[in-house]
Amino acid sequence: MGFSILGLAWRSLMNRRGSALLTILAVALSVALFLGVDKVRNGARAGFDNTISGTDLIVGAPTGQINLLLYSVFRLGSATAEISWDTYESIDGRDDVAWTIPLSLGDNHRGFRVVGTNESYFEHYRHGGGTQLRVSEGKLFSDIYETVIGADVAKELDYSIGSEIVLTHGLGAGGLTDHEDKPFIVTGILAQTGTPVDRSIHVPLEGITAIHVGWESGTRSPFADTISEDMIRGFDLTPKSVTAVFVGLEQRGSLLRTQRALNTQGGEPLLAIIPGVALGELWQVTGIVERALIAVSVFVIAVGLVSVLTSILTSLNERRREMAILRATGARPGHIFFLMVAEAAMLGLCGAVVGVFLVQLGLLIAGPILSSAYGISIGGLGISAIDGWTVLAVFGAATLIGTIPAVMALRRSLADGLTVKL
Amino acid sequence: MTTPPVIDLIDLRFAWQDGPALLDIPGFRLEAGERVFLRGPSGSGKSTLLGLIAGVLEPQSGKVEVLGHDMTALSGPKRDALRADRLGVIFQMFNLVPYLSLVQNVTLPCRFSSARRQAAGGEGRLNEEAVRLLSRLGLDGERMLSRPVTELSVGQQQRVAVARALIGGPDLIIADEPTSALDADARDRFIELLNEEAGRSGAALLFVSHDASLASHFDRSVDLAEINRAKGGV
Repeated sequence: MGFSILGLAWRSLMNRRGSALLTILAVALSVALFLGVDKVRNGARAGFDNTISGTDLIVGAPTGQINLLLYSVFRLGSATAEISWDTYESIDGRDDVAWTIPLSLGDNHRGFRVVGTNESYFEHYRHGGGTQLRVSEGKLFSDIYETVIGADVAKELDYSIGSEIVLTHGLGAGGLTDHEDKPFIVTGILAQTGTPVDRSIHVPLEGITAIHVGWESGTRSPFADTISEDMIRGFDLTPKSVTAVFVGLEQRGSLLRTQRALNTQGGEPLLAIIPGVALGELWQVTGIVERALIAVSVFVIAVGLVSVLTSILTSLNERRREMAILRATGARPGHIFFLMVAEAAMLGLCGAVVGVFLVQLGLLIAGPILSSAYGISIGGLGISAIDGWTVLAVFGAATLIGTIPAVMALRRSLADGLTVKL
Repeated sequence: MTTPPVIDLIDLRFAWQDGPALLDIPGFRLEAGERVFLRGPSGSGKSTLLGLIAGVLEPQSGKVEVLGHDMTALSGPKRDALRADRLGVIFQMFNLVPYLSLVQNVTLPCRFSSARRQAAGGEGRLNEEAVRLLSRLGLDGERMLSRPVTELSVGQQQRVAVARALIGGPDLIIADEPTSALDADARDRFIELLNEEAGRSGAALLFVSHDASLASHFDRSVDLAEINRAKGGV
């Protein structure tokens, strides 16, 4: 039978193309939801995994390890406490430590986080499996009132070399707490990395200290305006504290020993975390939500498949005569069965394939937004094995479901014989 | 060698489920190439009898021989194959599959039977054969053939059904009240055409109708009430 019956099934579907298209759309949307959830999940994971590499330990004031990871690396949330400069220096001075990157967080500029740091950041910070940060325009900062901005900051705020930036105290939207008396000058713009670095504004640690002169109480002191830039330059601008420290070790073999030493040292209490371990813990937490989302989207696919069943079942009554004609002209029960199953399978297959393309279309349109707003890299989210398996599974399930109307049509056509009393 | 009768019914008994016997026919024959008119009022079991002959229904007892095959001894698929290979069926109305073109409707039996496909000239010449049959029945021209079948008049639809019954030269054509939806004029022309084409292809014709006035068109006329002893029919 083969192709001649498939041809019949196709023509029969086209004859009811309105309802067939709706059914295909229902399946397509359900498949798109499932694949979309999966792709965003993978994209988010890949994005996070790519954000930091080469850093052996992250050290901060005691808090949850996920919290420390989120605010230090992903610039999400905020620190509740800081560690003193003396403690930072003692970490930097350890024999087993090769390099450190001090980070001072807590200010922002029009929604972009400000990171106080030093040259070590640009030398040692690695992302995407070992890539160093690269200045695409200009140069690194060399003065306390200079800044190097991420690619997205430059793009979205339309900044170029020489632009002046006023930082805002805290993480609010700006306004009353602007450090407008102390603008920074953009000296460099970093190349795109696909990480939160793109959305960060990097200034020297001393710059952070400088803009907070006169703000020691947390708000602007009435005397702040009386302090001139020259006076500030005359102060000792060594920071009193930093928010977090990225640490690179001499030998990775000493990782656990160094971590334990930092966590249990006398003096100021510290939390040292291994980024990969903290990420693993983060995925455990999000895994529950992911599984729930996947489960929901699998159910939605089931609903899509039920719509295949509905559309064929509702057509059965009006097709009794058609079945009788087919029987009379020589169709065996197997032909009728195959015809109905083929219709269901075609609806399922078309729906699944359209769904795969909907997701790709969606990524094409929404990808840049996801990537800039959430740092979800959509590179490598093209058509993959999971798409193929999903299409195959939906096709198989639709075929299986098709046996229900097939058996019904079969029974009816056997009972009706050649004449249908309508 | 003598050709076996196209239809040979012996002591045929049939009832729907637990109902009274609808058909009880001691004997009925249709010889090869014969064109017979079978008359019976509606509800007398005509359609059921055709279902038995076509092999989609099975009798409770007795024998239905079609083209030398004992239908009661054949398996379901074998009966289906016999029907696909050697029978043509025309219904009262709604004979056509709405989503197929005229030509596709005519070649429909060839989708299910390779013997029928071969007899109609083989894969490559099916459409040609369908067009030829349609034009013999007065349906020709690009415009006519490209029309959706649902737009055809009832008379035109019935002629397409005749072309479908004739394709691949079957040995028996069964027609179940094919003219009841036609007016008198169209009816006579339709029967002449059917007779002529059946005669040309050498097929036997079993024409069933309640309308006794049609009997004059056929070689022989049989009243179902004469051959059926059962009184179960309504």
